[in-house]
Amino acid sequence: MFSNFDFDVIIRSLPYLFYQGMTFTLLLTALATLGGIILGTLLALMRLSGFALLTVPAAAYVNLMRSVPFVLMIFWFYFLVPYIGQWVTFSPRPMQVGAFASCLVTFTLFEAAFFCEIMRAGIQSISRGQVAAAQALGMTYPTVMSYVVLPQAFRNMVPVLLTQTIVLFQDTSLVYVISVTDFLGAASKVAQRDGRLVEMYLFAALVYFVISLAASGAVGLLRRHIAIIR
Amino acid sequence: MNYHWNWAIFWEISPDGVHTYLQTLLMGTGWTLLTAVCAFTIALTFGSLIGVIRTTPFSFAVRIGDAYVELFRNIPLLVQMFLWYFVLPEVVPRTFEIWLKQLPNASFYTAVVALGLYMSARIAEQVRAGVLSLPRGQRQAGLALGLTLPQTYLYVLLPMAYRIIMPPLTSELLNTIKNSAVALTIGLMELTARARAMQEFSFQVFEAFTAATVIYIAINIAVTFAMRLVERRIAVPGYLGTKARPAGH
Repeated sequence: MFSNFDFDVIIRSLPYLFYQGMTFTLLLTALATLGGIILGTLLALMRLSGFALLTVPAAAYVNLMRSVPFVLMIFWFYFLVPYIGQWVTFSPRPMQVGAFASCLVTFTLFEAAFFCEIMRAGIQSISRGQVAAAQALGMTYPTVMSYVVLPQAFRNMVPVLLTQTIVLFQDTSLVYVISVTDFLGAASKVAQRDGRLVEMYLFAALVYFVISLAASGAVGLLRRHIAIIR
Repeated sequence: MNYHWNWAIFWEISPDGVHTYLQTLLMGTGWTLLTAVCAFTIALTFGSLIGVIRTTPFSFAVRIGDAYVELFRNIPLLVQMFLWYFVLPEVVPRTFEIWLKQLPNASFYTAVVALGLYMSARIAEQVRAGVLSLPRGQRQAGLALGLTLPQTYLYVLLPMAYRIIMPPLTSELLNTIKNSAVALTIGLMELTARARAMQEFSFQVFEAFTAATVIYIAINIAVTFAMRLVERRIAVPGYLGTKARPAGH
Protein backbone atom coordinates (compact mmCIF):
# COMPACT_ATOMS: atom_id res chain seq x y z
CA MET A 1 0.00 0.00 0.00
CA PHE A 2 2.79 2.43 0.84
CA SER A 3 5.03 1.16 -1.95
CA ASN A 4 4.49 4.18 -4.19
CA PHE A 5 3.64 6.54 -1.39
CA ASP A 6 5.33 9.87 -2.02
CA PHE A 7 6.26 11.46 1.29
CA ASP A 8 8.25 14.06 -0.58
CA VAL A 9 5.15 15.81 -1.93
CA ILE A 10 4.00 16.43 1.64
CA ILE A 11 7.35 17.82 2.72
CA ARG A 12 7.61 20.00 -0.38
CA SER A 13 4.19 21.53 0.22
CA LEU A 14 4.49 21.96 4.01
CA PRO A 15 5.19 25.73 3.88
CA TYR A 16 2.23 26.28 1.55
CA LEU A 17 -0.09 24.04 3.59
CA PHE A 18 0.68 25.61 6.92
CA TYR A 19 1.70 29.16 6.07
CA GLN A 20 -1.19 29.76 3.68
CA GLY A 21 -3.77 27.16 4.58
CA MET A 22 -3.49 26.59 8.29
CA THR A 23 -3.11 30.30 9.04
CA PHE A 24 -6.41 30.92 7.27
CA THR A 25 -8.10 28.03 9.10
CA LEU A 26 -6.88 29.00 12.57
CA LEU A 27 -7.48 32.73 12.11
CA LEU A 28 -11.00 32.03 10.84
CA THR A 29 -11.63 29.68 13.78
CA ALA A 30 -10.39 32.19 16.36
CA LEU A 31 -12.17 35.26 15.00
CA ALA A 32 -15.41 33.42 14.26
CA THR A 33 -15.41 31.97 17.79
CA LEU A 34 -14.92 35.44 19.26
CA GLY A 35 -17.60 37.01 17.08
CA GLY A 36 -19.91 34.03 17.52
CA ILE A 37 -19.70 34.15 21.32
CA ILE A 38 -20.37 37.92 21.44
CA LEU A 39 -23.29 37.72 19.02
CA GLY A 40 -24.51 34.47 20.60
CA THR A 41 -24.54 36.04 24.06
CA LEU A 42 -26.58 38.98 22.74
CA LEU A 43 -29.00 36.53 21.10
CA ALA A 44 -29.25 34.55 24.35
CA LEU A 45 -30.04 37.74 26.29
CA MET A 46 -32.69 38.56 23.68
CA ARG A 47 -34.23 35.10 23.97
CA LEU A 48 -34.35 35.36 27.76
CA SER A 49 -35.52 38.98 27.89
CA GLY A 50 -39.22 38.16 28.08
CA PHE A 51 -40.20 40.82 25.53
CA ALA A 52 -41.88 39.19 22.54
CA LEU A 53 -40.36 41.89 20.32
CA LEU A 54 -36.91 40.50 21.18
CA THR A 55 -37.54 36.82 21.90
CA VAL A 56 -39.42 36.01 18.69
CA PRO A 57 -36.84 37.33 16.19
CA ALA A 58 -33.96 35.80 18.17
CA ALA A 59 -35.69 32.42 18.42
CA ALA A 60 -36.60 32.52 14.73
CA TYR A 61 -33.01 33.32 13.78
CA VAL A 62 -31.54 30.56 15.93
CA ASN A 63 -34.04 27.97 14.72
CA LEU A 64 -33.50 28.95 11.09
CA MET A 65 -29.73 28.55 11.40
CA ARG A 66 -30.12 25.22 13.17
CA SER A 67 -32.44 23.68 10.62
CA VAL A 68 -30.47 24.24 7.41
CA PRO A 69 -27.16 22.63 6.39
CA PHE A 70 -24.07 24.72 6.94
CA VAL A 71 -23.04 24.17 3.31
CA LEU A 72 -26.26 25.82 2.14
CA MET A 73 -25.64 28.73 4.53
CA ILE A 74 -22.11 29.16 3.16
CA PHE A 75 -23.58 29.48 -0.35
CA TRP A 76 -26.24 31.87 0.92
CA PHE A 77 -23.77 34.24 2.53
CA TYR A 78 -21.28 33.94 -0.30
CA PHE A 79 -23.84 35.62 -2.54
CA LEU A 80 -25.53 37.71 0.14
CA VAL A 81 -22.53 39.38 1.81
CA PRO A 82 -21.79 41.77 -1.12
CA TYR A 83 -25.41 42.94 -0.99
CA ILE A 84 -25.28 43.32 2.82
CA GLY A 85 -22.11 45.38 2.37
CA GLN A 86 -23.86 47.54 -0.21
CA TRP A 87 -26.80 48.04 2.13
CA VAL A 88 -24.62 48.91 5.12
CA THR A 89 -22.36 51.35 3.27
CA PHE A 90 -25.10 52.88 1.05
CA SER A 91 -22.92 52.27 -2.00
CA PRO A 92 -24.60 52.17 -5.40
CA ARG A 93 -23.36 48.68 -6.33
CA PRO A 94 -22.74 45.37 -4.48
CA MET A 95 -19.55 45.58 -2.43
CA GLN A 96 -16.43 43.63 -3.35
CA VAL A 97 -15.78 41.37 -0.39
CA GLY A 98 -12.65 39.28 0.01
CA ALA A 99 -12.80 35.54 0.64
CA PHE A 100 -11.69 35.83 4.24
CA ALA A 101 -14.16 38.58 5.17
CA SER A 102 -16.99 36.69 3.51
CA CYS A 103 -16.11 33.46 5.37
CA LEU A 104 -15.74 35.35 8.64
CA VAL A 105 -19.20 36.90 8.35
CA THR A 106 -20.70 33.53 7.41
CA PHE A 107 -19.10 31.64 10.28
CA THR A 108 -19.82 34.33 12.86
CA LEU A 109 -23.49 34.60 11.94
CA PHE A 110 -23.96 30.83 11.67
CA GLU A 111 -22.08 29.78 14.81
CA ALA A 112 -23.74 32.56 16.82
CA ALA A 113 -26.92 30.46 16.78
CA PHE A 114 -25.08 27.53 18.40
CA PHE A 115 -23.19 29.72 20.89
CA CYS A 116 -26.53 31.35 21.73
CA GLU A 117 -27.98 28.03 22.85
CA ILE A 118 -24.89 27.30 24.96
CA MET A 119 -24.96 30.72 26.61
CA ARG A 120 -28.69 30.44 27.18
CA ALA A 121 -28.15 27.19 29.08
CA GLY A 122 -25.30 28.88 30.99
CA ILE A 123 -27.43 31.86 32.00
CA GLN A 124 -30.27 29.57 33.04
CA SER A 125 -27.87 27.60 35.23
CA ILE A 126 -27.46 30.66 37.51
CA SER A 127 -29.92 30.53 40.37
CA ARG A 128 -32.73 33.06 40.39
CA GLY A 129 -31.81 34.09 43.93
CA GLN A 130 -28.59 35.69 42.70
CA VAL A 131 -30.47 37.94 40.29
CA ALA A 132 -32.97 38.79 43.01
CA ALA A 133 -30.17 39.61 45.45
CA ALA A 134 -28.40 41.81 42.92
CA GLN A 135 -31.62 43.65 42.14
CA ALA A 136 -32.31 44.08 45.86
CA LEU A 137 -28.89 45.79 46.09
CA GLY A 138 -30.18 48.30 43.57
CA MET A 139 -28.29 47.06 40.52
CA THR A 140 -29.76 47.81 37.11
CA TYR A 141 -30.28 45.12 34.45
CA PRO A 142 -26.97 45.81 32.61
CA THR A 143 -25.07 45.76 35.90
CA VAL A 144 -26.72 42.53 37.06
CA MET A 145 -25.90 40.87 33.76
CA SER A 146 -22.34 42.08 33.34
CA TYR A 147 -21.19 41.74 36.97
CA VAL A 148 -23.23 38.84 38.36
CA VAL A 149 -24.83 36.58 35.78
CA LEU A 150 -22.65 36.59 32.66
CA PRO A 151 -19.25 36.04 34.35
CA GLN A 152 -20.60 32.94 36.09
CA ALA A 153 -22.56 31.73 33.08
CA PHE A 154 -19.50 32.13 30.92
CA ARG A 155 -17.29 30.34 33.39
CA ASN A 156 -19.68 27.39 33.72
CA MET A 157 -19.89 27.05 29.97
CA VAL A 158 -16.19 27.41 29.07
CA PRO A 159 -15.72 23.67 28.37
CA VAL A 160 -18.85 23.53 26.19
CA LEU A 161 -17.87 26.72 24.37
CA LEU A 162 -14.42 25.28 23.67
CA THR A 163 -15.90 21.99 22.46
CA GLN A 164 -18.05 24.03 20.07
CA THR A 165 -14.88 25.78 18.94
CA ILE A 166 -13.39 22.40 17.99
CA VAL A 167 -16.55 21.69 15.98
CA LEU A 168 -16.11 25.11 14.35
CA PHE A 169 -12.48 24.31 13.56
CA GLN A 170 -13.57 21.15 11.75
CA ASP A 171 -16.39 23.04 10.03
CA THR A 172 -13.95 25.54 8.52
CA SER A 173 -13.00 22.77 6.07
CA LEU A 174 -16.41 23.36 4.43
CA VAL A 175 -15.19 26.63 2.86
CA TYR A 176 -13.87 24.18 0.25
CA VAL A 177 -17.29 24.49 -1.45
CA ILE A 178 -16.59 28.13 -2.36
CA SER A 179 -13.00 27.31 -3.42
CA VAL A 180 -11.27 29.16 -0.60
CA THR A 181 -7.71 28.12 0.28
CA ASP A 182 -7.97 27.00 3.87
CA PHE A 183 -5.88 24.05 5.08
CA LEU A 184 -7.98 21.48 3.24
CA GLY A 185 -8.24 23.77 0.22
CA ALA A 186 -4.45 24.04 0.08
CA ALA A 187 -4.03 20.28 0.47
CA SER A 188 -6.61 19.70 -2.24
CA LYS A 189 -4.88 22.09 -4.65
CA VAL A 190 -1.53 20.37 -4.20
CA ALA A 191 -3.25 16.98 -4.48
CA GLN A 192 -4.81 17.86 -7.81
CA ARG A 193 -1.77 19.65 -9.21
CA ASP A 194 0.61 16.78 -8.44
CA GLY A 195 -1.88 13.95 -8.77
CA ARG A 196 -1.17 12.90 -5.20
CA LEU A 197 -4.68 12.60 -3.75
CA VAL A 198 -3.86 9.70 -1.44
CA GLU A 199 -0.90 11.34 0.27
CA MET A 200 -2.41 14.80 0.63
CA TYR A 201 -5.84 13.75 1.88
CA LEU A 202 -4.40 11.24 4.34
CA PHE A 203 -2.01 13.89 5.61
CA ALA A 204 -4.83 16.46 5.92
CA ALA A 205 -6.93 13.94 7.86
CA LEU A 206 -3.99 13.23 10.16
CA VAL A 207 -3.41 16.94 10.87
CA TYR A 208 -7.08 17.60 11.60
CA PHE A 209 -7.20 14.49 13.79
CA VAL A 210 -4.13 15.41 15.85
CA ILE A 211 -5.22 19.02 16.40
CA SER A 212 -8.82 18.11 17.31
CA LEU A 213 -7.75 15.25 19.58
CA ALA A 214 -5.19 17.41 21.39
CA ALA A 215 -7.70 20.24 21.75
CA SER A 216 -10.44 17.98 23.13
CA GLY A 217 -7.92 16.43 25.50
CA ALA A 218 -7.04 19.91 26.75
CA VAL A 219 -10.74 20.73 27.17
CA GLY A 220 -11.14 17.54 29.21
CA LEU A 221 -8.29 18.59 31.52
CA LEU A 222 -9.78 22.07 31.86
CA ARG A 223 -13.18 20.60 32.68
CA ARG A 224 -11.65 18.57 35.50
CA HIS A 225 -9.69 21.61 36.71
CA ILE A 226 -12.79 23.77 36.88
CA ALA A 227 -14.79 21.00 38.53
CA ILE A 228 -12.33 20.82 41.44
CA ILE A 229 -12.41 24.55 42.14
CA ARG A 230 -16.19 24.56 42.20
CA MET B 1 -30.66 46.62 -4.87
CA ASN B 2 -30.14 45.84 -8.53
CA TYR B 3 -31.11 42.18 -8.38
CA HIS B 4 -33.83 40.93 -10.69
CA TRP B 5 -36.27 38.70 -8.87
CA ASN B 6 -38.01 36.07 -10.93
CA TRP B 7 -40.04 33.63 -8.92
CA ALA B 8 -41.50 32.09 -12.07
CA ILE B 9 -38.09 30.50 -12.66
CA PHE B 10 -39.21 27.34 -10.85
CA TRP B 11 -41.59 26.47 -13.68
CA GLU B 12 -39.01 26.93 -16.40
CA ILE B 13 -37.31 23.94 -17.97
CA SER B 14 -33.87 23.19 -16.49
CA PRO B 15 -30.83 22.47 -18.71
CA ASP B 16 -31.59 18.72 -18.64
CA GLY B 17 -34.43 19.58 -21.08
CA VAL B 18 -37.05 17.45 -19.39
CA HIS B 19 -37.68 18.65 -15.85
CA THR B 20 -38.59 22.08 -14.52
CA TYR B 21 -36.28 23.62 -11.93
CA LEU B 22 -38.85 22.82 -9.27
CA GLN B 23 -38.78 19.16 -10.25
CA THR B 24 -34.98 19.06 -10.08
CA LEU B 25 -35.15 20.47 -6.55
CA LEU B 26 -37.69 17.84 -5.56
CA MET B 27 -35.51 15.10 -7.05
CA GLY B 28 -32.67 16.51 -4.96
CA THR B 29 -34.89 16.33 -1.88
CA GLY B 30 -35.47 12.66 -2.65
CA TRP B 31 -31.71 11.99 -2.75
CA THR B 32 -31.21 13.96 0.47
CA LEU B 33 -33.83 11.90 2.27
CA LEU B 34 -32.66 8.57 0.82
CA THR B 35 -29.04 9.30 1.75
CA ALA B 36 -30.00 10.42 5.24
CA VAL B 37 -32.22 7.38 5.90
CA CYS B 38 -29.60 4.87 4.68
CA ALA B 39 -26.81 6.66 6.56
CA PHE B 40 -28.86 6.84 9.74
CA THR B 41 -29.52 3.09 9.54
CA ILE B 42 -25.77 2.46 9.42
CA ALA B 43 -25.18 5.04 12.14
CA LEU B 44 -27.76 3.46 14.43
CA THR B 45 -26.40 -0.06 13.87
CA PHE B 46 -22.71 0.73 14.36
CA GLY B 47 -23.39 3.41 16.95
CA SER B 48 -25.41 1.02 19.11
CA LEU B 49 -22.76 -1.67 18.80
CA ILE B 50 -19.88 0.63 19.73
CA GLY B 51 -21.92 2.40 22.40
CA VAL B 52 -22.76 -0.91 24.06
CA ILE B 53 -19.18 -2.15 23.81
CA ARG B 54 -17.99 0.98 25.62
CA THR B 55 -20.20 0.15 28.63
CA THR B 56 -19.09 -3.48 28.98
CA PRO B 57 -16.65 -4.50 31.72
CA PHE B 58 -13.99 -5.57 29.15
CA SER B 59 -11.35 -2.85 29.26
CA PHE B 60 -9.73 -3.87 25.95
CA ALA B 61 -13.04 -3.69 24.10
CA VAL B 62 -13.84 -0.37 25.79
CA ARG B 63 -10.54 1.03 24.57
CA ILE B 64 -11.25 -0.06 21.00
CA GLY B 65 -14.69 1.54 21.21
CA ASP B 66 -13.16 4.77 22.55
CA ALA B 67 -10.61 4.80 19.73
CA TYR B 68 -13.39 4.30 17.16
CA VAL B 69 -15.33 7.27 18.49
CA GLU B 70 -12.25 9.52 18.67
CA LEU B 71 -11.23 8.55 15.13
CA PHE B 72 -14.55 9.41 13.52
CA ARG B 73 -15.23 12.47 15.66
CA ASN B 74 -11.93 14.26 15.22
CA ILE B 75 -11.73 14.30 11.42
CA PRO B 76 -14.01 16.74 9.57
CA LEU B 77 -16.84 15.05 7.68
CA LEU B 78 -15.68 16.59 4.42
CA VAL B 79 -12.22 15.06 4.81
CA GLN B 80 -13.78 11.69 5.65
CA MET B 81 -15.87 11.88 2.47
CA PHE B 82 -12.70 12.55 0.46
CA LEU B 83 -10.93 9.63 2.12
CA TRP B 84 -13.72 7.23 1.20
CA TYR B 85 -14.20 8.64 -2.28
CA PHE B 86 -10.70 9.46 -3.51
CA VAL B 87 -8.30 7.54 -1.28
CA LEU B 88 -9.98 4.19 -0.60
CA PRO B 89 -10.05 3.02 -4.26
CA GLU B 90 -6.30 3.71 -4.53
CA VAL B 91 -5.18 1.73 -1.50
CA VAL B 92 -7.24 -1.48 -1.94
CA PRO B 93 -6.25 -4.54 -4.04
CA ARG B 94 -6.52 -4.16 -7.82
CA THR B 95 -9.73 -6.17 -8.41
CA PHE B 96 -11.58 -4.38 -5.64
CA GLU B 97 -10.31 -1.07 -6.97
CA ILE B 98 -11.76 -1.77 -10.42
CA TRP B 99 -15.08 -2.81 -8.90
CA LEU B 100 -15.19 0.38 -6.79
CA LYS B 101 -14.39 2.64 -9.71
CA GLN B 102 -17.03 1.08 -11.94
CA LEU B 103 -19.73 1.19 -9.30
CA PRO B 104 -22.76 3.10 -10.59
CA ASN B 105 -23.96 5.85 -8.22
CA ALA B 106 -20.60 5.67 -6.45
CA SER B 107 -21.07 9.07 -4.83
CA PHE B 108 -24.34 7.93 -3.28
CA TYR B 109 -22.86 4.77 -1.73
CA THR B 110 -19.77 6.67 -0.60
CA ALA B 111 -21.91 9.38 0.98
CA VAL B 112 -24.01 6.79 2.80
CA VAL B 113 -20.98 4.96 4.19
CA ALA B 114 -19.04 8.11 5.11
CA LEU B 115 -22.00 9.89 6.69
CA GLY B 116 -23.19 6.70 8.39
CA LEU B 117 -19.86 6.00 10.07
CA TYR B 118 -19.35 9.67 10.95
CA MET B 119 -22.74 9.83 12.66
CA SER B 120 -22.25 6.41 14.29
CA ALA B 121 -19.57 7.90 16.55
CA ARG B 122 -22.07 10.46 17.82
CA ILE B 123 -24.80 7.85 18.27
CA ALA B 124 -22.32 5.68 20.15
CA GLU B 125 -21.87 8.55 22.60
CA GLN B 126 -25.62 8.83 23.08
CA VAL B 127 -26.15 5.07 23.55
CA ARG B 128 -23.30 4.96 26.02
CA ALA B 129 -24.73 7.91 27.94
CA GLY B 130 -28.14 6.25 27.93
CA VAL B 131 -26.84 2.96 29.33
CA LEU B 132 -24.69 4.73 31.93
CA SER B 133 -27.63 6.88 33.02
CA LEU B 134 -29.43 3.76 34.31
CA PRO B 135 -29.01 2.87 37.98
CA ARG B 136 -26.21 0.35 38.53
CA GLY B 137 -28.75 -1.89 40.27
CA GLN B 138 -30.51 -2.68 37.00
CA ARG B 139 -27.47 -4.40 35.53
CA GLN B 140 -26.73 -6.17 38.83
CA ALA B 141 -30.34 -7.30 39.20
CA GLY B 142 -30.34 -8.68 35.67
CA LEU B 143 -27.14 -10.62 36.25
CA ALA B 144 -28.30 -11.80 39.69
CA LEU B 145 -31.45 -13.24 38.09
CA GLY B 146 -29.17 -15.48 36.03
CA LEU B 147 -29.37 -13.59 32.74
CA THR B 148 -26.15 -13.63 30.72
CA LEU B 149 -24.52 -10.28 29.95
CA PRO B 150 -25.97 -10.14 26.39
CA GLN B 151 -29.40 -11.01 27.77
CA THR B 152 -29.10 -8.30 30.41
CA TYR B 153 -28.38 -5.77 27.69
CA LEU B 154 -31.09 -7.05 25.38
CA TYR B 155 -33.94 -7.35 27.87
CA VAL B 156 -33.06 -4.97 30.72
CA LEU B 157 -30.65 -2.17 29.81
CA LEU B 158 -31.18 -1.36 26.14
CA PRO B 159 -34.99 -1.13 26.11
CA MET B 160 -34.72 1.50 28.85
CA ALA B 161 -31.68 3.24 27.39
CA TYR B 162 -33.23 3.73 23.95
CA ARG B 163 -36.39 5.17 25.42
CA ILE B 164 -34.36 7.64 27.48
CA ILE B 165 -32.14 8.79 24.60
CA MET B 166 -34.97 9.26 22.09
CA PRO B 167 -34.77 13.11 22.13
CA PRO B 168 -31.00 13.27 21.42
CA LEU B 169 -31.46 10.58 18.76
CA THR B 170 -34.00 12.87 17.08
CA SER B 171 -31.36 15.62 17.04
CA GLU B 172 -28.88 13.21 15.49
CA LEU B 173 -31.39 12.23 12.79
CA LEU B 174 -31.84 15.92 11.95
CA ASN B 175 -28.06 16.35 11.92
CA THR B 176 -27.76 13.41 9.52
CA ILE B 177 -30.21 15.05 7.12
CA LYS B 178 -28.34 18.37 7.32
CA ASN B 179 -24.90 16.78 7.01
CA SER B 180 -25.91 14.93 3.85
CA ALA B 181 -25.40 18.28 2.09
CA VAL B 182 -21.63 17.80 2.45
CA ALA B 183 -21.93 14.97 -0.09
CA LEU B 184 -22.30 17.54 -2.86
CA THR B 185 -18.49 17.79 -2.77
CA ILE B 186 -18.24 14.24 -4.10
CA GLY B 187 -20.90 14.82 -6.72
CA LEU B 188 -24.09 13.62 -5.07
CA MET B 189 -26.96 15.63 -6.60
CA GLU B 190 -28.87 16.18 -3.39
CA LEU B 191 -30.96 19.22 -2.51
CA THR B 192 -28.18 21.76 -1.86
CA ALA B 193 -26.32 20.63 -4.99
CA ARG B 194 -29.51 21.04 -7.05
CA ALA B 195 -30.04 24.54 -5.68
CA ARG B 196 -26.43 25.36 -6.53
CA ALA B 197 -26.84 23.97 -10.06
CA MET B 198 -30.04 25.95 -10.49
CA GLN B 199 -28.23 29.09 -9.37
CA GLU B 200 -25.41 28.44 -11.84
CA PHE B 201 -27.65 27.92 -14.85
CA SER B 202 -30.40 30.44 -14.17
CA PHE B 203 -28.49 33.13 -12.19
CA GLN B 204 -31.49 33.32 -9.86
CA VAL B 205 -29.33 32.92 -6.74
CA PHE B 206 -31.74 33.90 -4.02
CA GLU B 207 -34.80 32.13 -5.42
CA ALA B 208 -32.88 28.85 -5.65
CA PHE B 209 -31.46 29.05 -2.12
CA THR B 210 -34.76 30.26 -0.66
CA ALA B 211 -36.50 27.21 -2.10
CA ALA B 212 -33.85 24.86 -0.69
CA THR B 213 -34.02 26.57 2.70
CA VAL B 214 -37.81 26.27 2.79
CA ILE B 215 -37.62 22.57 1.90
CA TYR B 216 -35.03 21.91 4.62
CA ILE B 217 -37.16 23.73 7.19
CA ALA B 218 -40.22 21.74 6.11
CA ILE B 219 -38.30 18.45 6.48
CA ASN B 220 -37.06 19.61 9.87
CA ILE B 221 -40.55 20.45 11.12
CA ALA B 222 -42.03 17.20 9.77
CA VAL B 223 -39.32 15.02 11.36
CA THR B 224 -39.45 16.90 14.66
CA PHE B 225 -43.23 16.59 14.78
CA ALA B 226 -43.21 12.86 13.95
CA MET B 227 -40.51 12.16 16.51
CA ARG B 228 -42.36 14.13 19.20
CA LEU B 229 -45.30 11.76 18.74
CA VAL B 230 -43.00 8.73 19.01
CA GLU B 231 -41.21 10.23 22.01
CA ARG B 232 -44.46 10.85 23.82
CA ARG B 233 -45.65 7.30 23.19
CA ILE B 234 -42.51 5.61 24.42
CA ALA B 235 -41.41 8.06 27.15
CA VAL B 236 -40.51 6.26 30.37
CA PRO B 237 -43.01 7.29 33.07
CA GLY B 238 -41.32 8.97 36.00
CA TYR B 239 -38.36 10.32 34.01
CA LEU B 240 -38.08 14.04 33.35
CA GLY B 241 -38.37 14.66 29.65
CA THR B 242 -34.83 15.25 28.46
CA LYS B 243 -35.31 17.86 25.78
CA ALA B 244 -33.74 17.48 22.35
CA ARG B 245 -30.49 19.37 22.28
CA PRO B 246 -28.48 20.39 19.25
CA ALA B 247 -25.41 18.17 19.26
CA GLY B 248 -23.72 20.25 16.59
CA HIS B 249 -23.94 20.16 12.85
